[in-house]
Amino acid sequence: MNLIEIKDLSKFFPVSRKIFARKSYVHAVDEVSLGIKKGEVFGLVGESGCGKTTTGKLLVRLMDPTGGAILFDGKNVSGLKGKKLMNFRKHVQMIFQDPYESLNPRFTVHGSVKEPLDIQRIGDREEREERIDSALREVGLTPPEAYYGRFPHELSGGQRQRLSIARAMVTNPDFIVADEPTSMLDVSIRAGIMNLMLKLRKELSLTCLFVTHDLAAARYMCDKIAVMYLGKLVEIAETEELIGSPLHPYTRALLSAVPVPDPTFERKRIKITGHVSTPIDPKEECRFLPRCPCSRDVCKERQPDLKEVRAGHWVACHFPER
Amino acid sequence: MADKMLEVKELKMYFQTKKGYVKAIDGVNFDVLKGETTGFVGESGCGKTSIGLTLLRILPDNAEIRGGEVLFKGGDLLGDDINEYVDLLKLSDTDARKIKWKGISMVFQAAMNALNPVYKVGDQIVEAIKFHEPDVTKEESRERVAKLFELVGMDPERMENYPHEFSGGMRQRAVIAMALSTHPKMIIMDEPTTALDVIVQDQIMNEIKKIQERLKMTMIYVSHDISVIAEVSKRMAVMYAGRIVEYADAVSVFKHPLHPYTKGLMASFPSIRGELKRLEGIPGEPPNLVDPPTGCRFHPRCPYAREICKKKEPKYREISTNHWVACHAEAGGV
Repeated sequence: MNLIEIKDLSKFFPVSRKIFARKSYVHAVDEVSLGIKKGEVFGLVGESGCGKTTTGKLLVRLMDPTGGAILFDGKNVSGLKGKKLMNFRKHVQMIFQDPYESLNPRFTVHGSVKEPLDIQRIGDREEREERIDSALREVGLTPPEAYYGRFPHELSGGQRQRLSIARAMVTNPDFIVADEPTSMLDVSIRAGIMNLMLKLRKELSLTCLFVTHDLAAARYMCDKIAVMYLGKLVEIAETEELIGSPLHPYTRALLSAVPVPDPTFERKRIKITGHVSTPIDPKEECRFLPRCPCSRDVCKERQPDLKEVRAGHWVACHFPER
Repeated sequence: MADKMLEVKELKMYFQTKKGYVKAIDGVNFDVLKGETTGFVGESGCGKTSIGLTLLRILPDNAEIRGGEVLFKGGDLLGDDINEYVDLLKLSDTDARKIKWKGISMVFQAAMNALNPVYKVGDQIVEAIKFHEPDVTKEESRERVAKLFELVGMDPERMENYPHEFSGGMRQRAVIAMALSTHPKMIIMDEPTTALDVIVQDQIMNEIKKIQERLKMTMIYVSHDISVIAEVSKRMAVMYAGRIVEYADAVSVFKHPLHPYTKGLMASFPSIRGELKRLEGIPGEPPNLVDPPTGCRFHPRCPYAREICKKKEPKYREISTNHWVACHAEAGGV
């Protein structure tokens, strides 16, 4: 059963280059469809500017989609407004990349964790206190009383990110979008945060969209991975399947570019040339075409659709590697 | 023993702050061999970038060099013999300037933002050459820049472009070309690929490796990512809280890490290859360098810490040939 399902979800941003010219659009997310099962950690991987963060923000309705539908528990939430949107937000939360910027510097730890409860009007005073206490315990800020009065600047990066997670967990959401939650942290702290998220996921059977550029981290965290390129999903599969036998040339190039912590290992690089083409009014051709090492004529004529090539393995390529 | 390009002995550099001295580099010893890449790995604030800044003598005003020697083989730049070592810390400002760029050049972290937006990229590199080598004519330096562009994998025609017409990766390539433009004896790469996407990072790393091999460049490569260090460096130093805790050739460090911090660092990284292992991470947080822990600086986070580790600073010693470790327990406590 899919907790979240999106169908042909799009987000275009208008750009006006010349005053009288036709309006152009950046196709940040372009007809993306995917489903996330209950209790699943779903990875969304791609390079900067591919639209992965925008997709995450659309899913928690921090942005309004240009088109398409977002089904949450079977109900379309893409057009919700006012009170209904507020109610929906009880069920979803987001963890942001930079814990130095996502916390209000004038709020204490206690205040930061309490704020979502106040906004959502969850529980009475006593219950709120209980929830704050247990949320801080869950994320390892113990004893919670010792942290209550502290301000973000008195916490280290790792502690701040734990606080952001506590803040997201305190309303007991069903679905969380974690946008690069570890990329701003020091290496030795990262593993702790990733393990914390895995623990919470197990205990609370959380459903999570894990947005990252780091394939190795995605492999560690996720059950399933989707690879995004220029606003389009190019491949979706179970994690080990995707890492072990990637089919899209972009996925293969991406995987081959990840450095390996072994000085004796010789990596086989898959060379791709050129740069990401512009996301402004893209042409009706495969978006990866200018960089693809194995393109043919048909790739120029139409965009490939996302097709199920093997059980559970979806690829958008005219000639996926078999 | 191969030729030493650089020999650093007991280097100490502190930053003065309101809260006291931050001991950014606190007694560091290492050699850099000619024609080799030496990698420095560690977390933010461990002092790895400060080492580069100290070597080039481009420290901010509140920095104080508290002692040590930095012997650099570059006597010819000061009118001496080419095999003569000079102590970079003892040079006058004028002499230090002669070492900069001709002797040691540096590619900074996020250096792609260092290009001047209102000058053409090629002209900026020509200017750097003109400043450091006044006798080179304009035509010669333009030719040199064109060659360098090819070396770093760019079309020489792009010299006529402005920085905003370049992508992040291309700007980084241009900055690398600039660092190579004065034919330095040694080059310091400080996280040259950190702000870039995986594919671009990989291309640039590959380019750097090729250039290093082709020109037999002596290089210091600084990164927080052990995988990157594994790929580019011959030898490596692991830094923690202003000190080197382990130093050896990269293969030994990766195959037989001895220091508990090195081991912890390796167990913190997820890998894309091989079996999926549970990551252990390292408990606690890196220490505050104003008031670092007594004894071994890693002891509050070390799983093997004993009484002695809290009291006495471990000696930095050679445990097997060319494998240096600073840990009380023989062979890293296991």
